Amino acid sequence: VTDLRRTAAELAGDIASGATTSAELTQATLDRIAAVDGAIHAFLQVDAEGALAAARASDDRRAAGRPASALDGVPIAVKDVLATKGLPTTCGSKILEGWVPPYDATVVAKVRAAGLPILGKTNMDEFAMGSSTEHSAYGVTHNPWDLTRIPGGSGGGSAAAVASFEAPIALGTDTGGSIRQPGAVTGTVGVKPTYGGVSRYGLVALANSLDQVGPVTRTVLDSALLHEIIGGHDPKDSTSIDQPPPALVEAVQQGASGDLTGVRIGVVTELGGEGYQAGVLARFHESLELLTKAGAEVVEVSCPHFVHALATYYLILPAEASSNLARFDAMRYGLRVLPEGIDAPSAEDVMRATREAGFGDEVKRRIILGTYALSSGYYDAYYGQAQKVRTLISQDFAAAFERADVLVSPTAPTTAFPIGEKVDDPMAMYLNDLATIPANLAGVPGISVPSGLADEDGLPAGFQILAPALADDRVYRVGAALEALLLEQWGGPLLDRAPTLEGDGA
Amino acid sequence: MSASLSRDEVAHLATLARIDLTEAELDHLAPQLSVILDSVASLQGVSSADVPPTSHALPLTNVFREDVVEPCLTPDQALSGAPAQEQQRFSVPRILGDEQ
Repeated sequence: VTDLRRTAAELAGDIASGATTSAELTQATLDRIAAVDGAIHAFLQVDAEGALAAARASDDRRAAGRPASALDGVPIAVKDVLATKGLPTTCGSKILEGWVPPYDATVVAKVRAAGLPILGKTNMDEFAMGSSTEHSAYGVTHNPWDLTRIPGGSGGGSAAAVASFEAPIALGTDTGGSIRQPGAVTGTVGVKPTYGGVSRYGLVALANSLDQVGPVTRTVLDSALLHEIIGGHDPKDSTSIDQPPPALVEAVQQGASGDLTGVRIGVVTELGGEGYQAGVLARFHESLELLTKAGAEVVEVSCPHFVHALATYYLILPAEASSNLARFDAMRYGLRVLPEGIDAPSAEDVMRATREAGFGDEVKRRIILGTYALSSGYYDAYYGQAQKVRTLISQDFAAAFERADVLVSPTAPTTAFPIGEKVDDPMAMYLNDLATIPANLAGVPGISVPSGLADEDGLPAGFQILAPALADDRVYRVGAALEALLLEQWGGPLLDRAPTLEGDGA
Repeated sequence: MSASLSRDEVAHLATLARIDLTEAELDHLAPQLSVILDSVASLQGVSSADVPPTSHALPLTNVFREDVVEPCLTPDQALSGAPAQEQQRFSVPRILGDEQ
């Protein structure tokens, strides 16, 4: 019997040793999805046939002694914002209902080439706009820790799938925290790589200058293994960095030894305190203490312009998103709705009616806000000003990284909140990304590692580690050290304390 | 600086953005957008005129590739998601108004 609670690294070892096969493992994972996804709703689309065919091909490669990668045969879930050839890709939107891409995103092509069977596509806030996955046009995803609560967003589907053992690993995307914040509230690990470190080709753009694809996993090592598969230069993405990613698995091994002697850790004054839940802060400070005991030197650093990061983000993102989503014009792909009561409607009439019917509230809010911020007479005051403050935020990072090798904070200010609580209060929703947004604005890498359960509600909290651009290895080293120290303290993975789901043990 | 958007302004912006909004949506969205706008308006005055703008975190310029033919979509693949097609082309509604 395949133990689905094992990590991706362990499962790859099981396949390599012959203890299991990819076909067995993939079938067991599909059975698990069938048993528990009714309650979680992490998946929008499950591709059993495609996954099993890929698994059999993987087993053939293993039998021939030619595995395609370290994770060959380990199944993966993919966020529905990434184009998958032959498999519907909706971005959680009605406007793309049933769209089947004729091509693969580069990261999807890499994952396939590495031999990982694709289980299906995971739920998300529409076009990745949200922090709770409630803005999906296809229903909410439930947090495995408490089914009445949100799994974070926008990648709540990928995080919930991994947390509920419906997939060993998954791909996510992070524009303002959409990998890290769901990781924090589901007790899983998520990494936003350096901007340009992973190809964006075939990622349906939300905000081009902020979007980044990254790993969603249960352990830091699994993230590093997946990151090494998807990272690297892609000629199809003109913003892709033309150099190989740093040695990430090696950084994890170094970190897991638990020795952080000589590592300088900067606590960002502005990312903590008011607005942060007491239990989240308590776990943060305990984690910090463990890192200190491991030899790290902790300094406090101030990044004064971070207080403006949220406002900067909510001008730059809607501006870019309103331009990007102009492509949904009902002409070349996606939904086409004819307006009622108009004979021989024009293309513009059709476009307006289609976007009215095809976009949800949050998408409409952000398109209208972006249209305003970019309109003549307001451009300088809003978008232009935001671009300047973005420079100041990057300068704050540069100054802080002179004094510290990594910067740390709680990943999200609170634990998972009840479904429905903030869905119609945009500003309250936006505050969830307070601590994750600065990294996207500056393009630096970040990881969220589970830091424990908050005392108030017994729900997971996350510890965020940020490093300078291109130094992704540092977030892996420190993340792996913290994970090892906490595991020792807990006596096992945090997810062992999650409640059992209906269908468990089936 | 305090900022707000009137219902009429939101209706105008929706027209610019090519989204029909119902009366109920206008009632619902206009106050929410005002709250957001009021919040982001806090950026006014944060930076001085001499701060250069950042459009991309890691600026790259002149990204070229070799001028060689690469595989691309077939016409059938490119048209596979089209709401309507005719003679290997995207079929679209009329693009000119009565007055043009």
